[in-house]
Amino acid sequence: MSGIAVRAEKLGKKYHICGKAAGYRTLRETVAETFTAPFRRAGSFLSGERHKACRSKEIWALRDVSFEIREGEIVGIIGRNGAGKSTLLKVLSRITAPTVGYGEIRGRIGSLLEVGTGFHPELTGRENIYLNGAILGMRRVEINRKFDEIVAFAEVDTFIDTPVKYYSSGMYLRLAFAVAAHLEPEILLVDEVLAVGDARFQKRCLNKMHEVGKQGRTVLFVSHNMPAITRLCERTILLDEGGVLADGPSARVVSTYLNTGHGTMAEREWSDPSKAPSGDVARLRAVRIRAEDGQIIDALDIRRPFGVEMEYEVFRAGFVLLPNFHFINEDGVEVFALIDLDPDWRRRPRPAGRYVSTVHLPGNILAEGTLFVRANVCTLDPQIIQFDVPEAVAFQVIDSLDGDSARGDFAGTFPGVVRPLAKWTTEFSTNGCKSPGEREDAKHGF
Amino acid sequence: MEAKSLKAASLPVIYLKPLKGWVSLGLREIAEYHELLYFFIWRDIKIRYKQTFLGASWAIIQPLFTMVVFSLFFGRLAKVPSDGIPYPLFSFAALVPWTFFANGLSLGANSVVNSSNLVTKVYFPRLVMPLATVLSGAVDFALAFAVLMGMMFYYGMVPTVNIIWLPMFFLLSLVTAVGVSLWSSALNVQFRDVRFIIPFVTQFWLFATPIAYPSSLLSGNWRTLYSVNPMVGVVEGFRWALLGTNTSPGPIVVISSMTALLILISGAFYFRHMEKNFADII
Repeated sequence: MSGIAVRAEKLGKKYHICGKAAGYRTLRETVAETFTAPFRRAGSFLSGERHKACRSKEIWALRDVSFEIREGEIVGIIGRNGAGKSTLLKVLSRITAPTVGYGEIRGRIGSLLEVGTGFHPELTGRENIYLNGAILGMRRVEINRKFDEIVAFAEVDTFIDTPVKYYSSGMYLRLAFAVAAHLEPEILLVDEVLAVGDARFQKRCLNKMHEVGKQGRTVLFVSHNMPAITRLCERTILLDEGGVLADGPSARVVSTYLNTGHGTMAEREWSDPSKAPSGDVARLRAVRIRAEDGQIIDALDIRRPFGVEMEYEVFRAGFVLLPNFHFINEDGVEVFALIDLDPDWRRRPRPAGRYVSTVHLPGNILAEGTLFVRANVCTLDPQIIQFDVPEAVAFQVIDSLDGDSARGDFAGTFPGVVRPLAKWTTEFSTNGCKSPGEREDAKHGF
Repeated sequence: MEAKSLKAASLPVIYLKPLKGWVSLGLREIAEYHELLYFFIWRDIKIRYKQTFLGASWAIIQPLFTMVVFSLFFGRLAKVPSDGIPYPLFSFAALVPWTFFANGLSLGANSVVNSSNLVTKVYFPRLVMPLATVLSGAVDFALAFAVLMGMMFYYGMVPTVNIIWLPMFFLLSLVTAVGVSLWSSALNVQFRDVRFIIPFVTQFWLFATPIAYPSSLLSGNWRTLYSVNPMVGVVEGFRWALLGTNTSPGPIVVISSMTALLILISGAFYFRHMEKNFADII
């Protein structure tokens, strides 16, 4: 039953980047080149160089990519921007052909490379369902059959005969995703759908993908959303500079990803200011998790206090800044957010300079597991986001089961996204109790 | 579950490999995607006149106004002969297929570029795009054709029995329009110059086709050369089939059909050849 659904053998894709004129060329350029090329070629031949001019810039967006994906597997694909994730999906979905290598795909392939592709603003919701369905490869009878389900999923029933240009962006997106989600290909390629929509809808999307996976269909899921990757995919492929850097269980690969280029996933620095996340007032330089002794640490004892710091530069003076951190767990749940309350700088316009803002958290607050930290700074008035880095750093919260954490002596699965250590009191009396002696050692469990 | 494993046994296998050199036309795949072709045509028809004040009447206004202008300047002022047919009818009978062709050409040339968001995100046979765009013009053609019928009635002209050949002449204009669109839409992906060239080409082509004047103005040998332009065959055919002009279009149509097929086939191969790079350079 579980044969190979996708096989890639040394797939490679080369792009020619021609100086500034990437993309289409004008006839004039080509004509001019045609006339001058023989001379240039002769010249470069004589000087022993091989076309050094603008043509020489070749970029291998993918190289030597080999993997096999079994039927029914849900595989995450991660990597930094430009690592080749989207190119890989484009090659797999036949949008573009590989330059070298070979691939085999068993079954119908459906791609969700940005939902809403092919929607036409002038057409109604109903018409777009049919059009989009056809573009994504559904047959008309299939769309007829699923029509009501799609409308219900998208929650747009009252507007189904309204042109989608009058839809709110949320409705538009829900409808687009609903169509795509009701595709029934054997292999589904998903690219970053979850980056959009409100939290409730994102959750439904994730559930839908989960469902798709349970039906035994193969899913390739490209995302920057590490919590979603670790939750949905058992296996993850990490791409870097077009090649496969790691391929294995998601938790391990995600931590490799967060570690690449850094000693630890608890610290991330942007040494090159031009590549650092930046707005027009402030620029992020580093984010770190520190234990109480100041050590950078990626495995925290659940009982110990710790700090999360961000180092940033303000290069335009005169703005009140709101540094803030968000803590997101493996399930994608935003556990809490913290906004800078330092009285020294609160409501005070900041002069240019370098800042390190640290939030100090007490022990016994987070539940065990992997936590991702989103680092954000925005100006207060006007409210403009300067930078916003999801998964800037990550850390593990570990309970060593010594008995003095919130677990007490319980070692089973402990629910909840936070784990405060609370004080318990007991009032005991013997009068009025129907069955004395039995309640005291009642089982402690969930 | 049983159904699933049965299906698994017959799953289609898609091979990904570098495309080199010339590739086949992939006509079978287009047949597989005939529903998409249908939906594209349907979409183009639906949106063509959306948010226009005059709506679908544009389909009639375009050739009708050209006819009025031609009748005034060529018919009245320049006294261009019209094979014994009232000049308005003479020019309109040619303008109906011509408008279909010219619109197909200008919209077809942009069909791939205008769908760049689809080209870079979804796979389907790319040939469907220019094909659908040209075919969707058939509705406009039908509307204008109805007006032509009305005009013939007004002038008291009855179509000859040759009208049974009319679908063939329509097909000839369709083949030409698709062929030229295949070339221009594929070229347009790489060279956006095409967008600026098309209006010139259309204008030049208009005068290289006997629309404002009869082809009988040309002498024998020149006419043969002239009919290399497939639209000569279309226009002469329309006039012959509907208005009974005595310019028997036989040899013209043969030559025109041959060039039209040549354009279509070469266009299709060129399009397929360029297609593999569409997503990368669009």
